[in-house]
Amino acid sequence: MTKYLITIGLETHVQLKTNTKMFCGCSLKFGAEPNTNVCPVCLGYPGALPVMNREAVKFTVMSGLMLGCAINRHSTFDRKNYFYPDMSKDYQISQNTHPLCLGGGVTVQTPQGAKRVRINHIHLEEDAAKINHYARFSGVDFNRCGTPLMEIVSEPDLSSPDEAMAYLQALKQILVYAGVSECNLEEGNMRSDVNISVRPEGQEQLGTKVEIKNMNTFKGIYAALEYEIARQIGTVMRGGVIVQETRRWDPDLGETQSMRSKENAHDYRYFPEPDLVPVALDEALVAEWRAALPELPAARRERMVAEYGIPEYDAGVLADAKENADFFEAAARACAPGLGKTVSNWFMTEIMRLLSESGKTVHACALTPAALAELVTLVDRRVINGPTAKELLPELFRDGGMPEALVKARGLGQVSDAGALVAFVDQVLAENAKSVADYQAGKKAAAGFLVGQVMKLSKGKADPQLVGKLVAEKLAALG
Amino acid sequence: MDVSKITMVEAAEGLRTKAFSSVELTQAVLDAIEAKDGELNAYLSVDAAGALRQAGAADAARRSGQAGDLLGVPVAVKDLINVEGQPCTCASKMLEGYTSAYDATVSAKLRAAGAVFAGRTNMDEFAMGSSTEGSAFKVTRNPHDLTRVPGGSSGGSAAAVAGGEAIAALGTDTGGSIRQPASFCGCVGLKPSYGRVSRYGVTAYASSLDQVGPMTRTVEDAAVLLQALAGCDPRDGTTLNAPVPDYRAALRGGLKGLRIGLPKEYYIDGTDREVMACVRKAVDACAAAGAEIVEVSLPHTEYAIAVYYIVATAEASANLARFDGVRFGHRTAQPESVFALYAKSRAEGFGTEVKRRIILGTYVLSSGYYDAYYGRAQKVRTLVRRDYAEAFKQCDVMMTPVAPTPAYKIGEASDDPLKMYLGDIFTVPANLAGLCGISVPCGKTAAGLPVGLQVLGPAFGEGAILRAAYGVEQEVGA
Repeated sequence: MTKYLITIGLETHVQLKTNTKMFCGCSLKFGAEPNTNVCPVCLGYPGALPVMNREAVKFTVMSGLMLGCAINRHSTFDRKNYFYPDMSKDYQISQNTHPLCLGGGVTVQTPQGAKRVRINHIHLEEDAAKINHYARFSGVDFNRCGTPLMEIVSEPDLSSPDEAMAYLQALKQILVYAGVSECNLEEGNMRSDVNISVRPEGQEQLGTKVEIKNMNTFKGIYAALEYEIARQIGTVMRGGVIVQETRRWDPDLGETQSMRSKENAHDYRYFPEPDLVPVALDEALVAEWRAALPELPAARRERMVAEYGIPEYDAGVLADAKENADFFEAAARACAPGLGKTVSNWFMTEIMRLLSESGKTVHACALTPAALAELVTLVDRRVINGPTAKELLPELFRDGGMPEALVKARGLGQVSDAGALVAFVDQVLAENAKSVADYQAGKKAAAGFLVGQVMKLSKGKADPQLVGKLVAEKLAALG
Repeated sequence: MDVSKITMVEAAEGLRTKAFSSVELTQAVLDAIEAKDGELNAYLSVDAAGALRQAGAADAARRSGQAGDLLGVPVAVKDLINVEGQPCTCASKMLEGYTSAYDATVSAKLRAAGAVFAGRTNMDEFAMGSSTEGSAFKVTRNPHDLTRVPGGSSGGSAAAVAGGEAIAALGTDTGGSIRQPASFCGCVGLKPSYGRVSRYGVTAYASSLDQVGPMTRTVEDAAVLLQALAGCDPRDGTTLNAPVPDYRAALRGGLKGLRIGLPKEYYIDGTDREVMACVRKAVDACAAAGAEIVEVSLPHTEYAIAVYYIVATAEASANLARFDGVRFGHRTAQPESVFALYAKSRAEGFGTEVKRRIILGTYVLSSGYYDAYYGRAQKVRTLVRRDYAEAFKQCDVMMTPVAPTPAYKIGEASDDPLKMYLGDIFTVPANLAGLCGISVPCGKTAAGLPVGLQVLGPAFGEGAILRAAYGVEQEVGA
């Protein structure tokens, strides 16, 4: 049976987290009442003119630098003309001929090993408004209109839906690290169109490409790619011909549908935007932005290993998500030197578990790095013991607060007074003659049981290390 | 006070010396409009109550110690410049009933200076035309001969100033729309260099060519009004970030020693003999007053009209896309689809010339035609700009006719767009090259029609053209 090769390229739109819109001073706060963050400029009123948002240019250039792109020292904007109710001016200000960033790429991990996905270019443009459909009419919400939108156009270097996912994850990680976007998919911060073609193995020339739009989630992209691959291979195998066209993903039906064919493709009539002067970026400015670039995940992993003495594996897991690494480092830095490893252990086990159980991110939970640092410090100073700390953590995670205050308020401090504990030890040894005998017969594990019984008797508040020492001493004395 | 003759400078002086109040002055202007506009049709709308309110506020401000060249002076505004709360129809059915939501930067500057917004002047629809016959609402008449056009597209402003219905007015100039009507009506009209005056809030026709400028009764008034309008605007990224010189001071430079260039491509057959005679007489008077006359050459002049009608229409095709019936302006009744909403609203809302230019602009940007038209036009535009840069090495200003003819009869050219386009031959290059230019009256034909002299200066050379025009006004002024 013929094997088919798949070729995928992605156009990824990323909303930048600037303070204001691309060409006016309107706020970008998500979730505002419709048509409240608007002005003559983003509503396209007669006579209104765009003014360049320098922060958006900076964020795009920073993204380009992190992705290894060349930065165009002289960049221009163009008008892309088309009529649609979501465009207030009926043209979009975009970049067609001289985008801010050229080239570059992302390394992604695939089952076959690391793979370089090349980037063709990154350009800056304005987002359109959002159209909401109701039973009897449609409404346009211009709050989103004019949001700075960075478009990252990949080369057709991807050969499976899994690679496409790996590429998007890698991109998202870098952009979040760069601090240029939240990449929040629910809020539509990151949206991709895909170009896909199939061809029988052995054929040099790429198959006819089809563009798919309207996938709002990574899952949607994956499903659309899987559907489209099957559709295209099926068509070719039945002797059919793939038509160059734009298709729309219908998430409810789980299928792609034809939107428009090549013959009906828009002629966007691009021409240079006369209302904006070219963006000139001198060496010094680009150098300044380059110097301000945040650390990338790989570099951070290595630094965290060296700085906190944590295992390579832990560092890798933490560095994967910037917010986790930020949380860990903030907590570790708030502790005495040498406790980094302990903080990492807490994060890797207890906190990761709480995160996955609650489905929350560290930003969304009530636990603060300072609270975790205090908890670790309390255990280190033997003010409380480990089990008490483990009991407190879910509460701190859910409700917030500081552990030391809770410990004081509830009298959870551990008993480290040997005099008070000796009585417990004596009692336990007296009540567990069999275990004592087992120990004396060589079953050293029986000591652990006895320690546990002492802890129980102390309602968990005894210092386990001290108890261990006292039990060992008593058993030796009985010896 | 005679508002049909009074200059802005005289009006300001009268207000300062309390010879009359702003309310009295404004009322006199409103009375003149009432008396004459039935004939001239210079205004599309007049806000008498609003104007008198502003005038009262200006009088109060003056009593409390404020002063200024524009405080309490009524100014007419071309109907495509936004003044918050006033209509802004652009002389189009598309924007009939539209009320401006905000002030253009020039309006805000005039408002801050205490000027009074008397009314909105007629124009060719969306500033596309050279006779004001393209207005969707009325035909403005030339005050010197009511059977003739006032020129355009700022014909309403020119007719109002020349016809005694406004002391001063704002116009816009994309290819000659201030200078040519000033010439036809016998007033002063100055097109600033591209980037000298903010375009924010000025309904765009061709963004890389449009400029707002003063239309006045004297060169000195033009200097005063330009002073109030000019300067960098953070809302318009194409404005020049540089200090604005003192234009009134520049007037006094005199003609002596001024190097006046006569571009030979502008002194050609085909220009009306009487027009050319007036222009020659003005140039001779300048020479007699001590100016040095040099012949210069602008070899790409013959391509300017073609380049202009490609660049301007291309930009217009995008600029006018927003008039789609969705958010404001005319919307067709009961459209059966979104496409029909667009097609019908625009078909009903736009006039013939506007449609012609949108279609032309759409065509020259289309896939497969871009390089041959728009791309090539941009290259030739660079050559035109270079021509001027070279020529201005040999002279301080240039003097040329404004238009090949004096005002023509209403209806004479309106059915022949190409003929009308060719009337822009002397004014269009300054817009393509981003230069400044002024039209100053330099005589009349035997039939009593005014003729304007065009003084062109290098980009941001407003001081030089004001100096030269002031000199001409002193030497040959009526």
